[in-house]
Amino acid sequence: MSWQDAFPRGRTAVVGAATCGLGACPGVSSLEMAAEAGYRALDDAGLSIADVDGLFVALPDDYLGGLAMAEYFGIRPAIVDNNRPGGSAFLCHAIHAALALDAGLIDVALITYGSNQRSGAGKLVAALTASPYEAPHGARMPVGGYALAAARHMHEFGTTREQLAHVALAAREWAKLNPEAFRRESATLDEFLSARIVSSPLSVSDCCLVTDGAAAVVMTRMDKARSCRAPVPLLGGAATVTHKEIAAMPDLTTTGAAISGPQAMACAGISPDDVDLVALYDAFTINTILFLEDLGFCPKGEGGRFVASGAIAPGGALPVNTNGGGLSCNHPGMYGLFTMVEAARQLRGEAGDRQVPGAEIAISHGNGGILSSQATLVFGTEATL
Amino acid sequence: MAEAMNDPQARFLAQLAQGRFMLQRDPVSDCAVFPPRLRAPGHGGTLTDFLPVSGRGTIYSVTVQPKKKPEPARIIVLVDLEEGARMLSHMPNADPESVAVGDKVIARIVTEGETPMVVFDPGP
Repeated sequence: MSWQDAFPRGRTAVVGAATCGLGACPGVSSLEMAAEAGYRALDDAGLSIADVDGLFVALPDDYLGGLAMAEYFGIRPAIVDNNRPGGSAFLCHAIHAALALDAGLIDVALITYGSNQRSGAGKLVAALTASPYEAPHGARMPVGGYALAAARHMHEFGTTREQLAHVALAAREWAKLNPEAFRRESATLDEFLSARIVSSPLSVSDCCLVTDGAAAVVMTRMDKARSCRAPVPLLGGAATVTHKEIAAMPDLTTTGAAISGPQAMACAGISPDDVDLVALYDAFTINTILFLEDLGFCPKGEGGRFVASGAIAPGGALPVNTNGGGLSCNHPGMYGLFTMVEAARQLRGEAGDRQVPGAEIAISHGNGGILSSQATLVFGTEATL
Repeated sequence: MAEAMNDPQARFLAQLAQGRFMLQRDPVSDCAVFPPRLRAPGHGGTLTDFLPVSGRGTIYSVTVQPKKKPEPARIIVLVDLEEGARMLSHMPNADPESVAVGDKVIARIVTEGETPMVVFDPGP
């Protein structure tokens, strides 16, 4: 049986989604933030922590965070998944949760995450084992890895810094419509282009924010979901890992999204033309260009021209990162879960001033490591079942 | 009881410390393998012993990371070795303005601190 035939299309759904502590949330631990987001998502679903028998968690500072989370909640889940392929972890959790829910092993899955990196450390927190082969070279990572990918993309396809800046500009334009976003002030393309270079060709404005933040999502089987207020069916999902260190990435201009994207869409029985909005992990501006190409929204190499056309900004043909993304909304370190929350809010029609009218199909795409792990989910409305 | 296990990482570094840049080869692809491994990546077959590499390579990608003055900018490169492996390194003696994708480079072994490493200079 193929992955797409085996995936339980539309048989599970997100029934609760929440964020908390976006921006700065001083005096609260990452664990407490993840707990609060979890409670809010359960409230949103009309369920209780006592209903949760599948717990999916990745905390920034605790290798045994799954255990800490279960203890904090005071529950004894049948499944605790602490899988952490970087910031894509939660999309992988959703795939695993869907399989376990559909198999009847669990009834309610809670996926939760929190990070106080801005207030706690003031910089990106990464509990990583440094490569003994790469560490001595003194490269600033992960930005250096993404910069190498951007430089290669420029070399092969003529992508420009101005096109990269259009990604940041579109994210900011969306953020201005989102009261939760951390950076909402107006900015111009010239301001982005004149920002300080961190790792050429990437400047500060090509890099995601460093904020606090927490998010959570509740999933159930579709039969149970129908009694919740606004279920968002999961139509497809797929993931892959291609490397850890950037030197081992087979081709710096093609990510694993070229595998996970088409596979997830095949599960859902859709094509890129059917997609109303995309929420993707924009840790750096090059990510958006690479993922839009690899997910099939424009040909390989055309991503720069695609984003510079205004297609992804408010009013464009393909709304991307309507919350403002990691570039302008929030980035607590492992952003993937926020793509799922935004997709759910849009499909429920609850996105306020940034609502995409009539949104029926949304892609949520997560990235982990240095373009290393890619995970794609396809969500729909009940009308798409 | 103790088991004496082959340690490719330690052997690679020990050879570097003696001034020898050597890598294993995958007999299936005939390519050098980096980082060193117990068996071939992808198929798990046996690798050759460490063999010398030429040190000649081509820049696959490059990024320049400015530092606080007076420290010079760090030129970080991905180099495709003539023998097939790709490695991350830096170019301590190159001009940040003139390093470009596709440039030929040549390896040099340096030791800063305790661990020897392979850096690259502009090639002939």
